[in-house]
Amino acid sequence: MDWITTVDHKKIAILYLWAGGLFFGIGGLEAILIRIQLIKPMNTFLDAQTFNELITMHGTTMIFLGVMPVIFALMNAVIPLQIGARDVAFPFLNSLGFWTFLFGGLLLNLSWVMGGAPDAGWTAYTPLSGKGYSATHGVDFYTIGLQIAGLGTLIGGINFLATIITMRAPGMSFMRMPMFAWATFITSAIILFAFPAVTVGLVLLTFDRILDANFFNVAGGGNPVLWQHIFWIFGHPEVYILILPAFGIISEVIPTFSRKRLFGYSSMVFATILIAFLGFMVWAHHMFTTGLGPVANALFSVSTMLIAVPTGIKIFNWLFTMWGGQVRFTTPNLFAAGFIPTFTMGGVTGVMLASAPADFQFHDTYFVVAHFHYVIVGGLVLGLFAGLHYWWPKMFGRMLSETLGKWTFWTFIIGFHLTFFVQHFLGLMGMQRRVFTYLPNQQFDTLNLVSTVGAFLMGVGMIIFLVNVFLTSRRPADAPEDPWEDGRTLEWTIPSPPPEYNFKQTPLVRGLDAFWKEKMAGHKGMTPAEPVGPIHMPSATILPFLMSVGIFIAGLGFMFSRDEFSSSIMSFLFNNYIVTALGLLITFGSMLMRSLFDDHGWHIEPEELEGR
Amino acid sequence: MMKTWQAGKRLLPMTAALGLLLAGCGREDLSVLRPQGPVAESSYGLMKLSITIMIVVLLIVFSIAAYVWIRFRRKKDQNEIPEQVEGSFKLEVLWTVIPLILVIVLAIPTVKVVFAAGNDHSDDKDAIKVKVTGHQYWWEFEYTDYGITTAQDLIIPTGKHIAFELSTKDVLHSFWVPSLAGKMDTNPDGTVNRFSFSAPNEGVYRGKCAELCGPSHGFMEFKVKSVSGEAFDKWVASMKAPESVMPEDPVLAEKFKSQCLSCHAIGSMPASPVAPSLTGIGSRESVAGILLNDDTREDGAPVLENLKTWLHDPQSVKPGNKMPNPKDKGLSDEEIDGIAEFLAGYTLD
Repeated sequence: MDWITTVDHKKIAILYLWAGGLFFGIGGLEAILIRIQLIKPMNTFLDAQTFNELITMHGTTMIFLGVMPVIFALMNAVIPLQIGARDVAFPFLNSLGFWTFLFGGLLLNLSWVMGGAPDAGWTAYTPLSGKGYSATHGVDFYTIGLQIAGLGTLIGGINFLATIITMRAPGMSFMRMPMFAWATFITSAIILFAFPAVTVGLVLLTFDRILDANFFNVAGGGNPVLWQHIFWIFGHPEVYILILPAFGIISEVIPTFSRKRLFGYSSMVFATILIAFLGFMVWAHHMFTTGLGPVANALFSVSTMLIAVPTGIKIFNWLFTMWGGQVRFTTPNLFAAGFIPTFTMGGVTGVMLASAPADFQFHDTYFVVAHFHYVIVGGLVLGLFAGLHYWWPKMFGRMLSETLGKWTFWTFIIGFHLTFFVQHFLGLMGMQRRVFTYLPNQQFDTLNLVSTVGAFLMGVGMIIFLVNVFLTSRRPADAPEDPWEDGRTLEWTIPSPPPEYNFKQTPLVRGLDAFWKEKMAGHKGMTPAEPVGPIHMPSATILPFLMSVGIFIAGLGFMFSRDEFSSSIMSFLFNNYIVTALGLLITFGSMLMRSLFDDHGWHIEPEELEGR
Repeated sequence: MMKTWQAGKRLLPMTAALGLLLAGCGREDLSVLRPQGPVAESSYGLMKLSITIMIVVLLIVFSIAAYVWIRFRRKKDQNEIPEQVEGSFKLEVLWTVIPLILVIVLAIPTVKVVFAAGNDHSDDKDAIKVKVTGHQYWWEFEYTDYGITTAQDLIIPTGKHIAFELSTKDVLHSFWVPSLAGKMDTNPDGTVNRFSFSAPNEGVYRGKCAELCGPSHGFMEFKVKSVSGEAFDKWVASMKAPESVMPEDPVLAEKFKSQCLSCHAIGSMPASPVAPSLTGIGSRESVAGILLNDDTREDGAPVLENLKTWLHDPQSVKPGNKMPNPKDKGLSDEEIDGIAEFLAGYTLD
């Protein structure tokens, strides 16, 4: 019950982590099944339909339900601490964001047991995702599930924007903010601008499928290419929503374990903003083969290549952060070290893809599959692993085992390169992506086998990580405040795990890397910016949970509103939108409750604070 | 401009070396890395240039990384605090400008080739115009100047520009012959895509569908057969004046007419919008695009055997395709074999 009603950012972070971990596991299992099917030519392990459902769900799950929540987990766990705040700006909304994400994700995955998962690829290109060619409810689960989950992301993004703008500790100007906070800030801004696009797209596709609208139906005057534009105007910035937090994490981990401040901090900030900006300008590079014409292709080619410049700045700044430092290869830093070359490889193939005439060959082949896995797994997942190992003691008060952590790293990264490096060549040798099997004698066999073996090795790495988490959770919570000894930012100045109110007294920030600055000045902790006083805390509430349940029910009701059921009561309930109305009633009722009954929260009194 | 040219010149030897290395990859009739025509060649040129630049970048990053990891690894009882360097304006400008130059080196030829690829030869009197239509899961080729339509095997004369006009009857597909040219999507009517390629050498090239189009997306293959000008003219002539062939057995002929020709076209019949034309099917490279009619190869089989495999259970060959099972249409096994034999013998000279 405590977990369902909590509005504490640290607990919500843990909820995000478990939920994200769960979906990540599902997505990983789907990946393993995909790789087993492709282990040899003309394999019959899966049939074509199941395979298409698996690739669709693998992509959708990993992006929306696997890595995004883990990113949100770290942001929730760390951001208020890093900027010296006691919570996020809107704790109630924070909880709402989590529950809508979870119920959206559950709805999407219900498709596996409720008659067919979505099968039109994670990009859901029309007309294949239209009712005429995807007759099960699969794509409905996709549109409505993602809509609900996306709501949570948008809420979360806005919340972080407000938090970072308004709740920084005294003295923390924007240019003294830790890089991870900067990354979160920019990421949230991208979410704010990109998610409305996919929201609209999903509404249009839902209307096409459930209400017989014609937005993407040629016969009705619609245009399928419109979907591609809407999807990628969201979809490309989404890539940066994923990778910028990883950049932020790496920018925290490397300085800590090099005992040096981040090289070129202001150019890092500038590069992050530039990447975000350019990220919105390049969506059509996913559509070079759609036939946009040479002018559009040329413009989008060049603008895409330009992203290499700020990204290059980042890579070299990280390398020169370590230059002249004292590099310690703890597990987090091992992941950060693995990140740099791996992500760079993903980055350079990105530039190759940007060259439109070459992309005519790369597009929709395993070369692209290799490229975006290098960016998303080799960049983001390695980054997340670095962040998880780094902040685990802060989140849970327990250090993860270093030995097991190193085993995780080596099995995972070797497995990763084994899986995806060879896929570059598969693509160039003519293997298109999303094929459920391939004919023999095309020289694809050996490389596919290697790729599958690699995937298993990655799975082993994941299992070692889970074992590590399990074993760690059975040990006493005895991590010190600054477990890595060289912590530079504010989260390392308070106990692990932090008390409910985070900071007894809001710290005064006197420069970049506030804690490090104090340490170098010979101080043990931060100088407080305020006297000890009562701390205002928000009350726990179940309303966000109820609201999300309501939306979940409404979504299901809407989806099945046209179905014939074997029992007439069910048909009556669904076909007359009664279930939909009931769900919306729960949601709007909860909102009404929230509006009518003022809850002023409660205070922790100074005596209690001193008592600890 | 001078600078780009010089940088390009320096990269040249490496490009050549890489080209040799990559050329070993894959089959000649399939691999992007072994281009067989000018269009694929120009994509390949850009690839070689970009791979060269990228390998240089990677080598620099890897070596700096390896150096700092080894050189600045924290030693036992090393405890002094390293100097907290803010950054370096000069260095940061350096790694802003160098990538910018590299991008320019790549961007200029890219833009050039983009506009060259935009030349679709649709106004070229000399070009062969082919209307390509994607279907779940087969390809239709209509030669508009000759008034003939075929399926699965695209016959082209060597050296001539083939001007394509691409569209689809159902979902999106993507028309791709890796060794001849990059891919181009087939959009539903209204947004017709045009492009062209040519094949200087005779040969059979493998083509694929590159856009997810349903369960049998992976099986939506076709062949491009590049033949001499005379052979092409002969083929056109035989397509234009097809004999009205029918199975010899009148019962079988009746079955064939009522069951198969309700969807398929044959000979001089107007092309059907739902199923591939059967004219000259016995001399095609494959049955259903994926059963290779080549018994000299281990993954091939005689055309008759392939036709039998297909006709006895089309769904198991290509899941989700629109062809009904002939058995469900009331054809007996013997009749199916008879039709297969007839079709296998139905060749164009």
